[in-house]
Formats: sequence, C-alpha cells, structure tokens
Amino acid sequence: MEIDKIDQIIDKHNGEASSLLQIMLDIQSENSWLPKEALGRVSEKLNVPLNRIQHIATFYKAFSLVPKGRHKVHICVGTACHVRGATRILDTVEEATGIKPGETDLDMKFSLETVNCLGCCALGPVMEVNGKVHGKMSPVKTSQALKTYE
Amino acid sequence: MARLNTPEELLTFRQEILSRRDPNNPCISICAGAGCVASGADEVIEAFGREIEKQGLAATVTTKGTGCPGFCERGPVVVIYPEEICYLQVKAEDVPEIIEKTIKEKKVIDRLLFEDPATGEKAVKESDISFYKAQERTVLCNNIKIDSKSIDDYISLGGYSALAKALGGMSDLEVLEEVKKSNLRGRGGAGFPAGRKWEGSRNAPEPIKYVIVNADEGDPGAFMDRALLEGNPHSILEGLIIGGYAIASHEGYFYVRQEYPLAVENIHLAIKQAEAYGLLGENILGSGFDFKVVVHQGAGAFVCGESTALMTSLEGRAGEPRPKYVRSNIKGLWNRPSVLNNVETWANVPLIINKGADWFTSVGTDSSKGTKIFSLVGKITNTGLVEVPMGMSLRDIIYKIGGGIPEGKKFKAVQTGGPSGGCIPENLLDLQVGFDELTKAGSMMGSGGMIVMDEDTCMVDVARYFINFLTDESCGKCVPCREGLRQMHRILTNITRGKGKKGDIEILEELSETAVEASLCALGKSAPNPFLSTLKYFRDEYEAHINENRCPALSCKELIAFCIDPEKCTACGMCRKKCPVEAIDGEKKIIHIIDQEKCTRCGTCFEVCPAKFGAVTKISGEPVPDPVPEGERTITKKSRKESK
Repeated sequence: MEIDKIDQIIDKHNGEASSLLQIMLDIQSENSWLPKEALGRVSEKLNVPLNRIQHIATFYKAFSLVPKGRHKVHICVGTACHVRGATRILDTVEEATGIKPGETDLDMKFSLETVNCLGCCALGPVMEVNGKVHGKMSPVKTSQALKTYE
Repeated sequence: MARLNTPEELLTFRQEILSRRDPNNPCISICAGAGCVASGADEVIEAFGREIEKQGLAATVTTKGTGCPGFCERGPVVVIYPEEICYLQVKAEDVPEIIEKTIKEKKVIDRLLFEDPATGEKAVKESDISFYKAQERTVLCNNIKIDSKSIDDYISLGGYSALAKALGGMSDLEVLEEVKKSNLRGRGGAGFPAGRKWEGSRNAPEPIKYVIVNADEGDPGAFMDRALLEGNPHSILEGLIIGGYAIASHEGYFYVRQEYPLAVENIHLAIKQAEAYGLLGENILGSGFDFKVVVHQGAGAFVCGESTALMTSLEGRAGEPRPKYVRSNIKGLWNRPSVLNNVETWANVPLIINKGADWFTSVGTDSSKGTKIFSLVGKITNTGLVEVPMGMSLRDIIYKIGGGIPEGKKFKAVQTGGPSGGCIPENLLDLQVGFDELTKAGSMMGSGGMIVMDEDTCMVDVARYFINFLTDESCGKCVPCREGLRQMHRILTNITRGKGKKGDIEILEELSETAVEASLCALGKSAPNPFLSTLKYFRDEYEAHINENRCPALSCKELIAFCIDPEKCTACGMCRKKCPVEAIDGEKKIIHIIDQEKCTRCGTCFEVCPAKFGAVTKISGEPVPDPVPEGERTITKKSRKESK
C-alpha cells in the first residue's frame, strides 16, 4: 500500500489519535488487510506506540494482518443459522477448500471467515461470497456454489 | 433548499411537500432491507425503474427503495399505494405484469398476494396479513413508507415535528420530565429507565456532556436495530437531538457496527440532510440550541455493545470494559457525563414527545411500557421483525404472528435475550413478554432476539454454541470470564461429543457461579445464562448425553449414525448420487448400504431420500444394525412381497 494513500486517510480524520480505529478501518477497506508498513506509518503520524495499534488490530475481528484471497467466503454462524444447520455448511466449505475459518488457501483463491449474523435469517443457513448472499444452503448446494468461483 | 429557521417554517415546508404530491398517484414501495436484497430486491427495483421508463409513466408513478417492513420470510416485499396492495416474493419477471395490471388497470394480481395457510384466504392489504394483524407497529410502521434516503419523505410523515415541539414550546426540563414519566426503559438489554439515566447526566456538574446511540447490534439472530438504522435513520437522529436538548449536551455520537455498511451510509446521509435543513448544527430551528453528531464505526467486537467498552472504543482504544463504581452517565466518554441508549430507545423518544407520556404508558405491562420489536427467527414459519405491545404472550408471538413451527415439527424452546439470554420451554409459553417477566423465567429481554427451536435442536449444543460465542468475544480482561468460559466450553464440547463424565454438570455449575459473581461486566456476569437455563429446563438432555451417549434431538454429529432400512430401500440411488463423500454403496436393484467409516454425518442422504420411501434413518445411543449380507441385497419383486 502506498504511503500517500495512507497519509490521505490519516489527514481525512485530522490526524487525531482518537480516530485511530476509524483510520485503521479505512486502510483495511482500501487494502482488504493491514500491512505492517501501513501500521508503522500510522504509528509515526499519530504518535501512537505500535504496540497499541497491534493491540487494536488483534482485538477487533474486522482487522486482518494477513492478505486475503480473491474470493471472500463468509459463513453465517448466527443463532438462527446455527439451529438451521450452519455447522454442516461450514464443514462442507472446510472440506471443499481445505481451509479453516480465518485462513486463506495457498492459491489465494478463497478466504474463509465465520460471521455472527448477516441479518437475513429468513434465508438461513446463509453463505456469503464476495458480498453476494446464497440462501437456504444445503451441503450439496454449497459445494456446487463454490465450484462456480474461479 | 434553504435552512428552516423556525418550527413554523418546518410546518410550512411539510405542507409544501405534501401539496407537491398527488396522493392518488401510485407509489410503489419496495423493501430494500438486507433480507429482501438477499432475496433479489435489487433486481426488482431495477426492473420497476426500467418498466416505468419504458411505459412512459415516470411523471405519475414513483418508486422507492424503503427500509425493512419485517416480513423477511416472504421477501422481496412490494407495497403499492394508495391502495396499500401488498405483493410478496416478487421477482423481476413479475414487474411488467404488475405495471400493466395493477398500476394501469387497477387490478389486483392474485398469485402475488399473501394466502393464509390456515384458511386459504387471500389478503390484499398489508394490514390484513395475519403476520401483521396481531402486531402493534408504532416504531417500525413508517419503514415501508419512507424512502430511506429522503429526509422529505420523513418530514412529510410528520418527521422532526417532535423536535420542533420540544425546541419550540418545551423547556429542557419538561422534555426530561416527559421521558421520565413515560417510564421508557432501555431497549438494548438491561432495561434501565432512560429518564433516570438522562437525569443523572443532566445533574452532573461537568459542563460538557455527550449523548450516544448504541448501534453496535451484535446479538446473532437479531436485526431490528439494523432495520431502523437502514430504513428510518432520521427517527433515531431526531430522538438523539431531543435527548441532547434534554440533558444540555451539544455533541452526539453514533457507534455503528462496521458489518452494517448500508446503515453507516444512510446515517451519514441523514446527518448531512438534517444539517442542510438546519435541523442539526448551530441554532437549530432558531431556538439557539446547537448540536452536532459524529459517526464512529465499530470494528467487530461483541463486547463493545457494553456501555463502558463502547465508550473506550469511541476514544480510539481496544474496547475493554471498566468497573462501574461510577456510572457512565456521570463519568463516561472522556470521563464526562454520557447518556448511551440503544437505537430503538432513541427511536421511541420522538413518539413520546409528540403523543405524550400518557399515550406511551397506555400500552404494556406494569413495569414495561410501550412496544418492543423482536426479531423472530430460527425454526419458525414466518421469519421476520415483529413489533408487539409489551405483555403479549410468547405463545401469541410464536403462533399467531410467527405462524408456528414449519414442517409439522414440535416446538421445543424459544431463546430470548441474545447470547446472554436463556431458553424458555413450552410450559412457560404463556409468559408475558416484559423486562422483569423474562428475567424471572431465567432469560432476559436483551435487545429482542427471539430464536425458536424445534425438536431437532439439541439443547446441550445450543448451550455449547452460546458459550463458544462468548468465549470468542470475551475481551480477556478478567479471569472468571476469560478462563471460566473457556473451561465451560471445553466441558460442553466434550459432552456433545460423547465424552461427558459424571460430575461435569456440577463443575459447570461451579464455574457458572464464579463467572456470575466475579466478572467485571455484564458480558461475563450473564454468560453462563444459556447453560443455566438449558440445565434448568432440559436437564434430561444433559444426562442422556453423559450417561447414555445419546443425543435425544439426534443432532450431535459424534453421537448419531445414519443407516438405511433394507426393508424400505428401493435402490433409487438418490442418496448414493448426492453423498458428498461417496460413503454409500449400491447400484440399481441392490439395497444401499452406508459405510459408517466413510460417513461424515452431513445428513444429505437423510434429506434426499424421497419421503414416500423414508428409508434413511437417524439413530443415537444404540448400535448401528449390521448391514444386509451381500447375498440378500438384490431387490426382486418376489423378495419384496415376501418381506411384506
């Protein structure tokens, strides 16, 4: 990630230390993960120790310190999806991709995450790939859906 | 658009908006909430736009993407005004027909209407649908009428009139008294009276005070705040400004979870629009009252829904709670008095100011007033958001509004209050919903999640699920929560895997007691609730797992097996073809057998076996029957007859 871009984001928030979280969120949405250099720059510009930034980066679920794959698979494991069999969907995805939640495969094709609720409980169990919701999933439908992503 | 400088100007402006619109012209409202969008609402909206353009109707017909009206089960939902015709499960292909028949010829299309499953009767109007009939929608009702991106729409329905009333004719103390009198209790979980919280802040000596909207809705399976944030953001904003006025605060915050991008977008837009109209900023409506609002995004931490953790997070740090020797309404954000209320609480404030505290208290139970929005999900026929008066029984919500359990299954429990809530069994279904009533039953109101479970749901697994969730979300600051929950999760996992031991229940009880007594914040203190309530009402399920290695709900993977009844198998091959791990052996006219070694217990065979055969069965706590000997696997017509 370019330094200019990071500086722009920091300036947008007036370089205030209290906006640290918002700055990190902006970097993450720009770059899909938080590279070490970016965090270093933030630390320097805001005059906040790097360990506090690391604390935040690891405390909040939204942040990733590793690169993400081309397709972001989110399995909803909210309560409504859970009682409708979300575990079976997650198992199927793990089996098909060979990765566990939080991981990215070696080809950088899929990143797998579990999420707590996507708010479309009527369609549970739900799988979201790159923001598109696949509803009323079954193990069979799940493996078929994953095959459509290159 | 010029600024509105007085309450009268707001009124005139409203008349102006109304006069510009012909109430007889058709207006098509399409739900653009998350549930409907997932069911294809975006394509429907696009199709309407295209078709109206094509037919040259743009001058008379308006369309709008609105917030969620609640009936997610039958999305995408389309309501056509002024007739209020409600079409459900609308697809893009249906759009030309709707324009042709309903808009041009004023005819109702029968097949898109709601059909009552019990009586077979069709409902034309939204209000005739059984799902809506028993509800009392005062907070949610405008969602389907408002283009969520238009402040004019909100004003046309009387929006910001409460603010005008408060600033124009009431002193700040009168506003506070009205809210106190209404006995509005916080809709976010604990149910603390909002008026008392406000009063504490108002009386605190520190001159700079804050008001904050808690929009960090983290309970899995609950999305009522999201519906309001996305669908009717101005109602929350209006409540917040009134709250600011009442406690003499000039700065407000929205803390919105980053997982709700549309909510963040709509709130930002709402603030910008309100500023342009002079409803926010300096000298609001010429009253001399200044107020500004800042939006902060959360970053995915459940604990940040807790008041002190949320405030720490607002300060740009890791969201860890602190002990509350001094309440946050006295020393909160930046150590200053801070009133934090949930989205739904704020959205109730304009209603109370407009209609008065007496109107508000006329609905509800002795200790819980007004209405409450619940998100009714899980094993329920009508999934969606329901708004009911406090005091309605759980049975009415689940059966009258929710339509009961689908597929003829049996009701087992309803879980309320989010991860820290509890499960309520069938014999308590006549319980009235209210803050104190639910707490007495071992659960809680929480933010209003209501997850229905049927006979297929294992209650031990439900407890394990919630404890796992909370273990994950524990901030790690204090030991009883961080370590205690981890141990509880380990033991519960063992039980669901058939490795439970005698004495496990007692250890779990002991760990629960410690967490309840010694945790710092509400997350830890209430974390054992899912375990304690399931143990209280479903102890037999725990004992079956531990003593008999049996899961009564036939749900825990390690304790069940699938097998094929040779008497019923017709060798149709369905299960063999669909099995993802090729664990099923068989061919045409050869009875199928499941290889238990290969089987991952995904349950696909159980689902695909045609109902008329019903040959695949689930068993638990008993040995798998020996497979049919090789020689007897061929199905001949004769052997079938003999076996009968």
